[in-house]
Amino acid sequence: MLSNTADSVRASLNRRGRWKIGEIAFWLVAASTLFLLPERHLILNEIAIIGLFALSLDLILGYAGIVSLGHAAFFGLGAYAAGILARDGFADPLLGLGVAAIAAAVLGFVTSFLVLRGSDLTKLMVTLGVALVLGEIANQASWLTGGADGLQGIAMGPILGLFEFDIFGTTAYTYSLVVTFLLFVVARRIVVSPYGLSLRSIRDNALRARAVGIPVNRRLVAIYTLSAAYAGVAGALLAQTTQFVSLDVLAFHRSADVMLVLVIGGVGYLYGGLIGAIIFKVLQDVISAWTPQYWQFWIGLILVLIVLAGRERLTERVRALWPRSRGRTVDRPQPLTTTPAREV
Amino acid sequence: MLRRTFVGAAAAMLALSGSALAQETLKVGLILPMTGPFASTGRQIEAAAKLYMQQKGDTVAGKKIQLIVKDDTGVADVTKRLAQELIVNDKISVMAGFGLTPLALAPAPLATQAKVPQVVMAAATATITEASPFIVRTSFTLPQATVPMAEWAAQNGIKKVVTLVSDYGPGIDAEKAFTGAFAGKGGQVENLRVPLANPDFSPFLQKVTDAKPDALFVFVPSGIGAQFMKQFVERGLDKSGVKLIGPGDVTDDDILNGMGDVALGAITTQHYSAAHDSPENKAFVEAFKRANPNMRPNFMAVGGYDGMHLIYEGLKKTNGQGGQALIDAMKGMSWTSPRGPISIDPQTRDIVQNIYVRKVERVNGELYNVEFATIANVKDPVKAAKSN
Repeated sequence: MLSNTADSVRASLNRRGRWKIGEIAFWLVAASTLFLLPERHLILNEIAIIGLFALSLDLILGYAGIVSLGHAAFFGLGAYAAGILARDGFADPLLGLGVAAIAAAVLGFVTSFLVLRGSDLTKLMVTLGVALVLGEIANQASWLTGGADGLQGIAMGPILGLFEFDIFGTTAYTYSLVVTFLLFVVARRIVVSPYGLSLRSIRDNALRARAVGIPVNRRLVAIYTLSAAYAGVAGALLAQTTQFVSLDVLAFHRSADVMLVLVIGGVGYLYGGLIGAIIFKVLQDVISAWTPQYWQFWIGLILVLIVLAGRERLTERVRALWPRSRGRTVDRPQPLTTTPAREV
Repeated sequence: MLRRTFVGAAAAMLALSGSALAQETLKVGLILPMTGPFASTGRQIEAAAKLYMQQKGDTVAGKKIQLIVKDDTGVADVTKRLAQELIVNDKISVMAGFGLTPLALAPAPLATQAKVPQVVMAAATATITEASPFIVRTSFTLPQATVPMAEWAAQNGIKKVVTLVSDYGPGIDAEKAFTGAFAGKGGQVENLRVPLANPDFSPFLQKVTDAKPDALFVFVPSGIGAQFMKQFVERGLDKSGVKLIGPGDVTDDDILNGMGDVALGAITTQHYSAAHDSPENKAFVEAFKRANPNMRPNFMAVGGYDGMHLIYEGLKKTNGQGGQALIDAMKGMSWTSPRGPISIDPQTRDIVQNIYVRKVERVNGELYNVEFATIANVKDPVKAAKSN
């Protein structure tokens, strides 16, 4: 019986770990935009970065159930780390990414011990507080960060010594897309591993997870640190591709926006952050070009409608249009009971 | 396959039509904070720029001028992306606007790289024009407006001043300029700085109350003055005999009338007041109000209006050519603006203009900054000191 369960879990994880046609198509389309939409590379670059940022929030919110209103702390730290490094003459982008990831991971590791105490409400407040503290430090330390005027004089070197950043944003977008894809693959591997499964059991019932012998706190510290590193990389990408950092990277609205992006796309669903980023930025771009003054009204309205209609229902509709896929999801017996909306 | 061919063909057609149009249309990208805390700056400049185009027509040197307005929400990396998109996709000849110092500095490297003139219509830190040889400014610099204030204060029996500024480029500029000039005249100064975003003035105003100065020198960005005034009254400072002085941002025309009687008597120095007495200004204010009911033009609007004038005249001179020729044409240009006579300094590409000393008074039932003294042809003191 026991080995049966283990087998079925293994089979289930394996099945989820397999790449589906839809996923491959998603990334192929993403790659094709490099050639098909040469004029939109700048905004696509921003979408890739926000998508990665949302993905990092999803790792803790969607898979481990840690709510956070201060995820911009890691994003901003990564951005400043990469920016300051480049300003001071270390212009290699990959070095910048690495340093940003490490800096953000260290901050994530240290603050995880604060975050893992108390209820959801406490977590919201603590994460918010950490971001505010960091924002104020960046504001005050203007000798290091340029304060409210922003960090000036970032000059990036070519990627791998070969690819210079160009004014069309093509190198920037390729770079961000490749980094986002690689980190996505790693995240995907993690959430379908037994470790990812243990995180989900913690999210669904921490008490029971502890009772079956899962080291709850250690697991949460690990995923929080990893998520912080991801956010740091996203921030570093922004700093390197725009070659500018302002206090805004640590602002509250960054944390709120990324939460919004994730909710639009779907929490606990790795593509959620990416899809949410696409919807959010494209809407914002189109509507604000149409009415620069009142776009926030329309975007607010549309967001309310999206959330009311419900992402699950929307995706169900799409699936219903595709009979083969529906047949597969309905007919296959489910060996594991899971909350249906929260798949890979 | 079919779809890709179609997309390719469509893209090719777009590119063709784009280049064909580019010969007849000159595009001006206007990047402004149209939403968020600095939306009033954006609204004023947009209204003024549109007014100018409405008055002067949209054809210059036989080419059509197209204004593209973009909202950067007051976030610097968005400003930079928008500028880059406008340069790369829309092939703009000039970019203009830029509501705050960080927003003007972020796209400066692009101006240099793409050789696109950047007309700064609002941001006021002294050093902005040094960030790129393609930047030209039609607003003002904080030291330019502030040094006359210090001189006026010293001459009018004010001995001890507390300065209260927003903690960013222009605020620090204003603080330094005032402190330097006022201390040079033997005055005593104490400095306070408040955060730029979401300022709460009350703890700082308490310190002011405790220090008992003769005057409180205030700089806050355009649009934030009303919040400041409200807390100034709540702390009872209006009745304590502390004079309110500063560059004109705090008694911004846009919001001055809403402040009420507390603002009466505030002494400020600046380059523009809607009450400026000249035929050009009367015509400007009247046309602005007609086009935008319930709005009064402020110094941001005049910066936008003059910025458009500079772009128009520059393009006339170069016969529609952009880039280096356009920026060269703009250097040294002089004209009579609604604010008075102004010119563009050919060395620094910054504006040279009169600074007026004004007092808030009630005129025809509305509050205005009434000018009572003029300091003619003031250059930016920071850059003037550097070149000497």
